[in-house]
Parts: sequence; structure tokens; C-alpha cells
Amino acid sequence: MAALTHDLQGADREGQVARFQHLRRREQWRYVLLLLPAVVFLIAFYGYPVAAMLTRAFYDPVPGLQNFEPLVTARSTVEFLGLSIPMNAYIRVFWITLQIAAVVTIVSLLLGYPVAYALSSVSASRANLLMIFVLIPFWTSILVRSYAWMVLLGKEGIINEALLAAGLRTEPLVLLNTRLAVYLGMIHIMLPFMILPLYAVMRGIDRNLLRAAGNLGAPPSAVFRRIFLPLSLPGVAAGCLLVFILSLGFYITPALLGGQKDVMVSMLIQQQISLLKWGFGAALALVLLILALGIYALFTRVLGVERVFGSART
Amino acid sequence: MTVAAQVRTPEKIGGLGARVLFDRIEKRYGPVIAVDEVSLDIAPGEFVTLLGPSGSGKTTSLMMLAGFEIPTAGEIYVDDDPIAAVPPYRRNIGMVFQNYALFPHMTVGENIAFPLQMRKIGRSEIARQTRDVLELVGLPGYEGRYPKQLSGGQQQRIAVARALVFNPRVLLMDEPLGALDKQLREHLQLEIKALHDKLGVTIIYVTHDQEEALVMSDRIAVMNNGRIEQCGGPTDLYDEPETRFVATFIGESNFIDGVLARADGAIGYVEAPGLGSLRAPLKPGIAAGSPVALTVRPEKIIAHDNGASSHLNTVDGTVADVVFVGEMRRYVVALPGGQRLVLKAQNRSGVQSFNRGDAIRVGWSVDDCRLV
Repeated sequence: MAALTHDLQGADREGQVARFQHLRRREQWRYVLLLLPAVVFLIAFYGYPVAAMLTRAFYDPVPGLQNFEPLVTARSTVEFLGLSIPMNAYIRVFWITLQIAAVVTIVSLLLGYPVAYALSSVSASRANLLMIFVLIPFWTSILVRSYAWMVLLGKEGIINEALLAAGLRTEPLVLLNTRLAVYLGMIHIMLPFMILPLYAVMRGIDRNLLRAAGNLGAPPSAVFRRIFLPLSLPGVAAGCLLVFILSLGFYITPALLGGQKDVMVSMLIQQQISLLKWGFGAALALVLLILALGIYALFTRVLGVERVFGSART
Repeated sequence: MTVAAQVRTPEKIGGLGARVLFDRIEKRYGPVIAVDEVSLDIAPGEFVTLLGPSGSGKTTSLMMLAGFEIPTAGEIYVDDDPIAAVPPYRRNIGMVFQNYALFPHMTVGENIAFPLQMRKIGRSEIARQTRDVLELVGLPGYEGRYPKQLSGGQQQRIAVARALVFNPRVLLMDEPLGALDKQLREHLQLEIKALHDKLGVTIIYVTHDQEEALVMSDRIAVMNNGRIEQCGGPTDLYDEPETRFVATFIGESNFIDGVLARADGAIGYVEAPGLGSLRAPLKPGIAAGSPVALTVRPEKIIAHDNGASSHLNTVDGTVADVVFVGEMRRYVVALPGGQRLVLKAQNRSGVQSFNRGDAIRVGWSVDDCRLV
């Protein structure tokens, strides 16, 4: 032992320190190598095309900011809460998009929260079974589900046929191509995106905390309000952010189920591209992207990134 | 065994503790019986420990008293009020959870204020009582910290403070020291005991640590398979175990299996193969001719070589193993007939030490062994 201790002092010891440093660095490089293929793929096939598309806003057809001009020149007004707000047609589409995304988010939260609560309260094995019912629609194509809603809601759809057959209506209800149909279709698609983060956070809440609150004199309503609800807020924030941002970019569902007034931004972009107005389409896409990033920044600023994407760990 | 008959009234009656009575409480989960007709009478201000291995029903019993589980039969009384059907939030029973269950999104002050807010107590009164209880547990000025900023021992104290701040008449503790290291655990054991002496609250404590139970309790109820095996003071349980389980679970015990050959007054004679006749205080309920075990604690056996004496059982054997533990030597002695004895000999001058393979004669007083 004495000889060994002696050896490690002086030059040999420095050599050993250097060797450990070398090992550590090699370990770090290993992680970089693991990330590399995915990063290269994303840059080549996603990052570059998106950047190429978005930059067209500044040079197609000619260099300059003229692609953004239509967005700032007001032409019409919009009624909101009894106020007449001057707003041009394009801004209006953004406004409708935000409105739809907000309604979809709020209703998804109201529907999804009790489901997630129930799932998190039953045993893990039963929750996994019930989770399949949340996930089956999630695994079904959005297009298929939107067509299914058309079958249900159409003039000669199942609902109207049933109402007429039962003699409750003499003529069919207009359900398809309305805002209601857009909400139904979108909420249906978005519910799993709300339920999954809510469930993950709620599962992490220590049930002993709820027992402790009861023991300390809190009736069930107070246990929920003071303990469970605050601890589930990170899930609420994550779910709302996910659903809201995904809703902003919705295309197929509003296109199939919505009416002429229910135009969302992505439909407008598609329209511009099909008219070969690449520059204006890119400008709209850029504004939508900035809007989404802005909302994300607002969420994380108000709630803190850790609260949005962290768990309810104690 | 009737437990109710064994209540030892503690001297410190007159505190704010309540009497707690388990009356033939039963809890089944389907076909599984978790708690099997448990009866236990706990005097006001008493410190009673439910001691047992996991699955013995001790925690389930506590949960029924707290109101988180509802018994399938029987009734629980707190000061003569039946409470088995009362929801937890109306029971006014304090509880310290195993992992403390402090609310992570609230500060220490908010955690402690929570039970007072639920009782609609005014803000200035809450502030005063919070300050007082933090003083009591030795953490004054900690109101603004969050639980995760505290050490395990500090969290434990805050949990105790939160459970005591609303002046409950009964305090439940479910393995409250299980997550702490040994030294801190021993320190907090004494602190909790001092707190109990000071407040006079009835404490029902659950643990699987027999040493902890011996140090802290007025009485210990040893639980096994959903039943109370024996209930009594620490000395009673250690010196007079009634069952083999109690003798094994509390402290270390030797068992010599044999047959009760005959009874002579208060003394029973046990015939053990290869060991001849051994004497022990007779216990009612064991008929002559039935198999029996004689149990004796390792520290009550002495190694000696100067012949037999009248109130000693003596046997000859060979030292099979020696372990030096500092303050004593622990010998394993192989006996003729194949049984083994463990004995502990103090490490001091005048006590002969033996090596592995040595012949040894060991003995113990008739009064120091029991039949189980």
C-alpha cells in the first residue's frame, strides 16, 4: 500500500488525472455521436426546406416586405363584445383561428380533466386498460375521423336521419359545414393530447397528500381545491399549450367540416400556395409561426418552463 | 387473550389525551383478513406502539382509526364516541405520515396553517399558533421555507408540528422515522417522547422496529397475521413473552424444543433430546406430555465450569462459533442432540473467553426462561 501511495504522487498522479479527463471527454463525445444521425436528418430534410419556404416571404416575387402589406392595411370591421374593431380579411382569419383554438382548448380541458382524474384514481392496471379507449381514436387517421363526422353530421347523415325518422324534426338540421362541426371534430382529435399530459402529472401526485389534507380537517371539496388542483396545474398548462398550438395549425378538419366563414390560417396558406402566390403564403406561415412561438413564450414566462414540462414531483 | 384487561393506567393522566378503544375490529379485503378481531383499550395520554412485521395489520389498524379505511366489523371509540363511520376530516385526530406528506406547493407556514384554516381560525391567531408550534418542535422562523428546502429530520419535525397545531386529542404516527438514518432516528425518538410527556396527548405509533418500540412506548401491542399476539409494557414483553412469535420478534431468543414431562408445583420439567431434564416456570394451559419450547435470552445464559447449582439449568456443549462485538462476545454453542444456543458474554476481566471448538458448560437461572 505504501508503495502504491507513493507512486501516485508526483508525475504519475498527474498522468492519472489526465487519463480520467480523457475518459470523461470520450464519454461526452459518445452522446454527441448518438444525437448526430437524427440531427443531420432533421437539418437536411426539415430545417432546410422550412427555412427555404419561410424566407420566400422576403424575396418572392421581388425582394422586400410587400408580402406583409395585405396584413396591415385594414379594409373591414369585426364585431366583438359589442365593439366594432377595424380588421382586414386576413387578420380576421388569424382572429378566427385563435378563437377556434381557444374554444377547442377550453372545452378539451373541461372534458379531459375529469377523465384524467378518473384514470389517475384507479389502479395502474385498470388505468392502462381504460387508456386504450383514449388512445384508439388517437391512432386513427385524422382524415378518416373527419370523414366519419361528415357521415354523422351531414344533411342525410345518421343524426338527421334519426331525427326525421323519430318525427322530432320535419326537415334536416344544418350541422355540417358549421362552426359547431369544426369544434366537434377538433375537440375529438385533441382530447388525447389534453388527457395524456394531465394523466401523467396526476399520476405523480402522492395520494398520501390527499389523505393528509383530509386528516387535517379538509372536506373533499377543499382537498381538491387546495391540494389536487394546484398540484395538477403543470399538467393543465402542458395540455393546454399542446392543444392550443396544435389547433392553430389545423387544416383538414376545418376544411372538411367547416363552413365558408370558418377559414383557418393553414387553409388560407394552402389557398395562396395553390394560387402559386408562394411569397404571400410564406408570409402568412411566418406570422403563424411567430404567433405560436409568442404564445409558447408567454406560457412559459407566466408559468415557468419547469412547471409546464416538469412533473409534480415533491 | 383479553387485551382490555391489561390496561396499565399511566401516571400522567389529566393531559388532553383521549381514550381510544378498538372493539373487535375486523378488516377484510375480499377473502383476505387484514385485521382479525382486534381489541385494544388505550388510556388517555398513553403512548402505545403497534409493533409487527409488514402485513401484520398494524398500518391497517391505524388507517381505520384515522378514517382512511372502514372496518368490516367492530367499532372504534374515541372517548366513548363511536367513530368508525365518521369521515376523516371530522375526526380531529392528528397524523404523521411515513413520508411526512407535506404539501410541496405550500411553505412550512402554509402547511401548518392548513388545519387551522380548515377550522376557520382567524389570521392573527393562525400566525401566533404557527409560531408557537414551530418553537415547540425546535424550528422557529422556518415559516417561509418550502418542504423540499428542508432536511429529512426537519421535514419530520414540520410534519409533527402540523399534526399537533390543531390540538388533536390523539396523535397517530405511521413509521415516522423510517426514512431517517440511525443516529437522527435515535435522537428524534427521545424528542417525540419528550413531546409526549409535555403535551399528554394520546399517541398511537406504528413501527416494525422493536428497539424503537421498546425505547418509546408505555405499552406495545405485538401484531402478527392481523391479530394482537401480546400487549404489555416493554419489560413484560421482553421478559415474559407469551408466544414464540413475540419471543422472536422482540429481542433475540433461544428455543430448546422438547416435551413437558411433568409438573411439580410452579416448576415444569422439559425433556429435551440429549439434554436431559430442564426446568422452567410452569405456564397454565400446557398439559404434561405435550410438545413445548423453552425460551431464554442470550444475555441471561452464563458460561461457567464450576458445577451445577440448584436453580440453574446447565448443559454441556461445544463452541461452534465466536463473534467479537466489542462490549461482548457472542457464542454459538452446539448442544448434544443437535440444537444450538446463542449466548452473550460481557467483555470484562473475570469472564472466561472461549475459542471455537472448546468444550463449554452453560447455564441459566430457572427464573430467566419461559415456556412458549
